[in-house]
Amino acid sequence: MELTLAIAIGVLTGSGVWLVLRPRTYQLVIGLSLLSYAVNLFIFSMGRLRVGAAPVLGADGSGNPADFADPVPQALVLTAIVIGFATTALLLVVLIAARGLTGSDHVDGRESR
Amino acid sequence: MELYSLPLIIALPFVAGLAATLLPSDSRAPATWLAGATTLASLALTLSLYPSVHGGGIVRQRFEWIPSLGLDFALRMDGFAWIFAALVSGIGLLVVVYTRYYISPEDPVRRFHLFFLAFMGSMLGVVLAGNLILLVVFWELTSIFSFLLIGYWHHNQTARDGARMALTITAIGGLALLSGVLVIGHIVGSYDLDTVLASGNAIRNHDLYVPALLLILLGTLTKSAQFPFQFWLPNAMTAPTPVSAFLHSATMVKAGVFLMARLWPVLSGTPEWFLIVGLAGMTSLVLGAYLAIFQQDLKGLLAYSTISHLGLITLLLSLGSPLAAVAAIFHMLNHATFKASLFMAAGIIDHETGTRDLRRLSGLFRYMPITGTLAMVASAAMAGVPLLNGFLSKEMFFAEAVETHADSWLDTAAPYAAVLGSALAVTYSIRLIHSIFLGVPSESFPREPHEPPFWMRFPVMLLVVACLVVGIIPGLTIGPFLQVAVSSVLGAATPQYSLAVWHGFTLPLAMSAIALAVGAVLYLFAGDYLERAESPLLFGRIQGQHIFERTMVAISWRGARLVEQVFGTKRLQPQMRLLVAAAVAAAATPLFASGLGFGSYSSGHDVAFAGLWGIGMVCAVAAAQRAKFHRLAALVLLGGTGLVTCLSFVWLSAPDLAATQLLVEIVTTVLILLGLRWLPKRSEALREPSGPLARARHFRDLVIAVVVGAGMAAMSYAVMTRKPPDTIAHFFIERAYSEGGGRNVVNVILVDFRGFDTLGEITVLGTVALTVFALLRRFRPAQDSIERPEQQRVQLSYDEAEPDRGAGATPTEYLYVPSVIMQWMFPVVIVLAAYLFLRGHDAPGGGFTAGVAMAAGFVLQYMAGGTVWVEDRLRILPVRWIGGGLVLAALTGATSIFVGDAFLTSYFRYVGLPLIGKIPMASATIFDLGVFGLVVGATVLMLIAIAHQSIRRLRAARLEEERQLVEERRQWS
Repeated sequence: MELTLAIAIGVLTGSGVWLVLRPRTYQLVIGLSLLSYAVNLFIFSMGRLRVGAAPVLGADGSGNPADFADPVPQALVLTAIVIGFATTALLLVVLIAARGLTGSDHVDGRESR
Repeated sequence: MELYSLPLIIALPFVAGLAATLLPSDSRAPATWLAGATTLASLALTLSLYPSVHGGGIVRQRFEWIPSLGLDFALRMDGFAWIFAALVSGIGLLVVVYTRYYISPEDPVRRFHLFFLAFMGSMLGVVLAGNLILLVVFWELTSIFSFLLIGYWHHNQTARDGARMALTITAIGGLALLSGVLVIGHIVGSYDLDTVLASGNAIRNHDLYVPALLLILLGTLTKSAQFPFQFWLPNAMTAPTPVSAFLHSATMVKAGVFLMARLWPVLSGTPEWFLIVGLAGMTSLVLGAYLAIFQQDLKGLLAYSTISHLGLITLLLSLGSPLAAVAAIFHMLNHATFKASLFMAAGIIDHETGTRDLRRLSGLFRYMPITGTLAMVASAAMAGVPLLNGFLSKEMFFAEAVETHADSWLDTAAPYAAVLGSALAVTYSIRLIHSIFLGVPSESFPREPHEPPFWMRFPVMLLVVACLVVGIIPGLTIGPFLQVAVSSVLGAATPQYSLAVWHGFTLPLAMSAIALAVGAVLYLFAGDYLERAESPLLFGRIQGQHIFERTMVAISWRGARLVEQVFGTKRLQPQMRLLVAAAVAAAATPLFASGLGFGSYSSGHDVAFAGLWGIGMVCAVAAAQRAKFHRLAALVLLGGTGLVTCLSFVWLSAPDLAATQLLVEIVTTVLILLGLRWLPKRSEALREPSGPLARARHFRDLVIAVVVGAGMAAMSYAVMTRKPPDTIAHFFIERAYSEGGGRNVVNVILVDFRGFDTLGEITVLGTVALTVFALLRRFRPAQDSIERPEQQRVQLSYDEAEPDRGAGATPTEYLYVPSVIMQWMFPVVIVLAAYLFLRGHDAPGGGFTAGVAMAAGFVLQYMAGGTVWVEDRLRILPVRWIGGGLVLAALTGATSIFVGDAFLTSYFRYVGLPLIGKIPMASATIFDLGVFGLVVGATVLMLIAIAHQSIRRLRAARLEEERQLVEERRQWS
């Protein structure tokens, strides 16, 4: 599973970086979304992978820390997901506004030579 | 009582300033009463503390601020601070009374009082701060509020320029001061004023003394408008006159000399101090007075005279002798009294005649004899005429200038500079009185002048009486107070001095006589020339203002261009490449240094998981490949990767993340779908430049992408295969229930343990949503996107062609069943959101997830019925959701402060409810409710703002159609 997820993070990052280097604004939006998946998974994986160990305590509220997945990266990623949505929205709006002003959807606001 | 007096003196003006904004906008009288009562209260509190500081006592009050950095909110009042606090609040009170009559009903009075009171609070903070960092904070606040006050008439270009220049100069000085204070703190090991004042020798003998001195002097000299930073002060004269009367007599510019006197026991007495401070003071003294005689603007004259008088004080402080320090402190008080009264008189003249131009003013004595008399006395005090307070401190100054303090040319020049400066002061004082009040009354006044209302004159009168009384019987009036102030600065070094008016025939008296005579003779011969002078002789061309402007242009425009040429590219892609390369380099450097090894930790193997990610990776790569020409396909593929990510979270024990990811995936897709509408059409036919060069570029980017991807894969594999270290996770897991009262540890971390982080994050979320909203308010679509999309056009033309179909019938029909289902789903979604929210503390869910779910519910209604349909039936008001959520979250956090705990401490107990039984109630739940509200508001606001553009487009198109119709009709008729 570690190997799978590592390769997946690599592929997502690679695809994202490729798109971020492209000239069209829409490619940038998709690229940054892919990058944010990759980064979220990367941060999440810092807590190591555990199956069937959700950090939800038993009915009496006690628990041995060794029995649970690390909740800290999860808390970090949770807000990152929501903020990621917000920044995607901001990027999208900036891009369509820029397109409205320049008439071009090239990232530089005009077609390259 | 004494305990809270100090914080009250500072806090009252700030609170009252805020309260003033709540008054009705046209309320001159209530605002004046409020400001007057506040300044009076600050003054009374200050005066009531006199017994405590009288015998050399110090009143201290200390609150913890950031104890880990050694930073306290420490207030400290000794005699010197006391006399300054009394001066600031006393003159503040007079200015408030004066302002009532000066400011016109059309001006925004509330704003004036807000800035004025806040400025006064900041200035009192500077005076009373017992910690150097705190002092710098208040110092910067005075810069900011003086900026706002100088630019009070911001519709006026010169006011804006003057304000900006004052802020630039004093804020740069403030930054230098902060650095200097940090150096002092490094030397002494404390920022506490008492400790610093006790470590004079340590500071002066330290290697870092010179840098610290330079930085601190940069701060004080800019603030006090001393050479070579004097030029901002005359430009600040665009401020309303009450502001000038306050800022440039008792406060603001006095802050600089105040701090120099405050730190005098610590910093003075070295050759560096003498050279820098002395040179700045002497130059300002002579140059300020010289330039003052050429001014045609009454306030300009007073401004240059202020520079000159502050130069006198600075020069006195530079000498390093205790007697000179006494004279400096004495002159600070005297200058404040006569200069404040002169500025107010100038305001009266401006107010009554409509001009401040000395060439146009003449013979005013006939119209306003009382004001004229008052101004004459004040001017005489400024010139240093005997029996007035200015004379006394000037005598002391002459006596000190004659003394030899250090064997250098500067010291030798001091007496000559002193006499020259004083003679010029006599000249401009005579000129002020002569050209305004004497002579033939001018015919060309814009208004018929007369005496101002009594209460407008009253502050001037009071100050002038003070000048007289202090000048005649100094020992009985100012004497004891001055003694208290002086001894608190000098301590054991306090010298014996005499405040008597008559010392016999001494050298200083002779110098005074020479100065008076030379000044009068100079005016006699050069008066007419001065009246006609366009610009100062000799120095007319050297204007600090121009140098400043040129420097600003050089920094902000040429410098920026240079930086852009070197580092910037006009194109984004090379920058992105640089960025990625820098990231690769940053990650690779440590890896090269210490190698990359893999561990053997594993959570097992699972073919299904590998298969899942097989799909996920194919989706990602395909999305990357399709994004250029097939946007919708790319979006769908992106969603595929998102779903796989979501499933991985489920698989890997992160149910909260999975729920959030799933819901965010939905709203992201809707968002991008809404955005697609505004992108240009693209077909495969429209190819980018091809050829070997383009192929090479593609290949290069591919290599970069592969390298970054491989690097990330290797790094994450290396981390994941190591045994987890002992992290802080156990802290949260062990205490989630016992201290946070929740069993879902992730949620407890978010709303309780790290609640402050969450508060910051939701603030960011709300800010981004408002930014999106603001950006779209003035959105102008590109020309080729204004028209309706092709599909809509086809449907519309079909509907119009059929007689029994209305416009928009087709989309309504083919979405009929889904839209009914979506409408029915609305209550279900609300229940789902409530469910997710309520279980959040104990099971996967919580404010973030529930918020996005609720937002998705709203968006579903928009999709089902269309924007118009929904907004006819439902008022969502997302901005209120955002504000309400943020306020609720912050208030929940703040409640704990009132109980005496730290911000955002949460409480938890079980509450028994009838029928339902015992349920857990944590204050964190209310915080989470705030998070929920904000997330709903932010998400809905962003989506609706984009969705609304389609309706606006229609409006624009409809206007265009109507215009065409009108034109056609015109052609027909």
